Amino acid sequence: MDLSEHEVAAAAAKAGATAEEIMQKMAEHKGCETNSDGGKKASCGTAAGENDLAPEIWEKVKNHPCYSEEAHHHYARMHVAVAPACNIQCNYCNRKYDCANESRPGVVSERLTPEQAAKKVLAVASTIPQMTVLGIAGPGDPLANPEKTFKTFDLIAKTAPDIKLCLSTNGLTLPDHVDTIAKYNVDHVTITVNMVDADVGAKIYPWIFYKHKRYTGREAAQILTDRQMQGLEMLTARGILSKINSVMIPGVNDQHLVEVNRAVKSRGAFLHNIMPLISAAEHGTVFGLTGQRGPTAQELKRLQDSCEGEMNMMRHCRQCRADAVGLLGEDRSAEFTTEKIMEMDVNYDLATRQAYQAKVEEERLAVSGAKASELQILAGVESDIKILIAVATKGSGRINEHFGHAAEFQIYELSTGKGAHFIGHRRVDLYCQGGYGEEDALETVIRAIKDCHAVFVAKIGGCPKKDLLAAGIEAVDEFAHEFIEKSAITYFKRYLEGVKDGSIVHVEKGDAEIRPGEVAVDVAAVAAE
Amino acid sequence: MTLKIAVSCVNCSACEAECPNEAISAAEGIYVIDPTKCTECIGFHDDPQCALICPVEETCIVDESYPRYQPAA
Repeated sequence: MDLSEHEVAAAAAKAGATAEEIMQKMAEHKGCETNSDGGKKASCGTAAGENDLAPEIWEKVKNHPCYSEEAHHHYARMHVAVAPACNIQCNYCNRKYDCANESRPGVVSERLTPEQAAKKVLAVASTIPQMTVLGIAGPGDPLANPEKTFKTFDLIAKTAPDIKLCLSTNGLTLPDHVDTIAKYNVDHVTITVNMVDADVGAKIYPWIFYKHKRYTGREAAQILTDRQMQGLEMLTARGILSKINSVMIPGVNDQHLVEVNRAVKSRGAFLHNIMPLISAAEHGTVFGLTGQRGPTAQELKRLQDSCEGEMNMMRHCRQCRADAVGLLGEDRSAEFTTEKIMEMDVNYDLATRQAYQAKVEEERLAVSGAKASELQILAGVESDIKILIAVATKGSGRINEHFGHAAEFQIYELSTGKGAHFIGHRRVDLYCQGGYGEEDALETVIRAIKDCHAVFVAKIGGCPKKDLLAAGIEAVDEFAHEFIEKSAITYFKRYLEGVKDGSIVHVEKGDAEIRPGEVAVDVAAVAAE
Repeated sequence: MTLKIAVSCVNCSACEAECPNEAISAAEGIYVIDPTKCTECIGFHDDPQCALICPVEETCIVDESYPRYQPAA
């Protein structure tokens, strides 16, 4: 049987199936990652990966915005900051603030009790029906606060059983807690693995606290890596999906992360997320103070590309805060402060949430349908040319954001082999604050997307359009509110035709800068004290 | 002596769970150690646990204003 997505969808619709069943059928047919039309792949954690996903795994990832790149356009997550304690020290973290890399610096998360956290989850779930995932990611380490973490899961499992639970840990105490994790049906666990070699680890971790002792140097790193690998193997043995986060630190572990990738893949990790080091003196971290730089956009992309043949790579991570709420890339946490949620009248209605999510699935089917049909356009076209484009989007897989309102751009690589392939995002300062374009802000945007040939927007003013063009970036607004991939492929086909007939001269682009997000005024102020 | 917590405490709560004497609790903005309960971990561990897990150096420190803890014979 070799049905197209459309045929599966149409057949299911005819049979009166729900959107979820349709997706399930598609997943069974496609094995999530792979379909039969010559290696054009749907997006799961990534668009790459040789292995098919079993239906039960697709069921776990399909509406998890962190585990499925496609899902992150449609589904939201939230973190609750119930776990302030940590048991290791990292050179990229200053515990005065939330971890700068796992959760962005700026404002320290409001710490919650498990009871407050459970109330917050219900409040958010009632307000944002596409919120499907609750994670505990700190601001310390969830498994260094096991009572608070598992109490929170216990409360949420009782009051909002449809919400997926996940946690993110440094792995030091993971082997001690895997059974409890399994007991609460936590089926997504992230481990931060920055090394599998104690010599590398000694440059990243000054100390760990383990079994009532403080260890330093190689000894500390050896214990940490042993425990991380043991924990990963235990998760895999229990069928719990794991994601590996690695912070890319140029000159320290950048080359070594290829080895990390092999080590975690061989132990059954599902997804690897290589993130750029965020480092600045005002964070007060060891790396910030020693001037350790983070990678450039192209250095990061090259490393991610080199690991991609090995396993699924996550490209859409926003290194979000331990109290983030909303779609990845948006932060609605300010709407849900403790003060506000305690006053809220929460009406948790499972039926409403399910109805809403069915609509989300319809939208999602339309997006993937558009992508599949448009890929046909490129069939038979062969070229070595690859270009990057930046896209201003508010979600739903459409080009629906004004250039000046975009706080980030999504980056797609266009090629005849893969069509439009999502490879990451770039943060920028809002170019347009209150309707006025600022010259400096435009330069910041240009530095962040300098490696792109074009920027796709819903709307853009004449002035920035001209300045972008002068910097070699074409502003494209003709696909306003249309699907991203479909528009990108249409553009790319035209681009290749232009190159062929000589009307377009293809030039290779340079590198771009990775900017930390909301680096924060109050951090700088505190550091200056 | 007993240990005390300096104002450089970042309020992370890591020490609270590690104290074998349940001498540590949250106070105004920082955690505090009850000097009548603190034994410097003598009888439990080789080193004071709060000082070992504290993420800020020189924050869980010896309070010289108290005499050295004497374990019961």
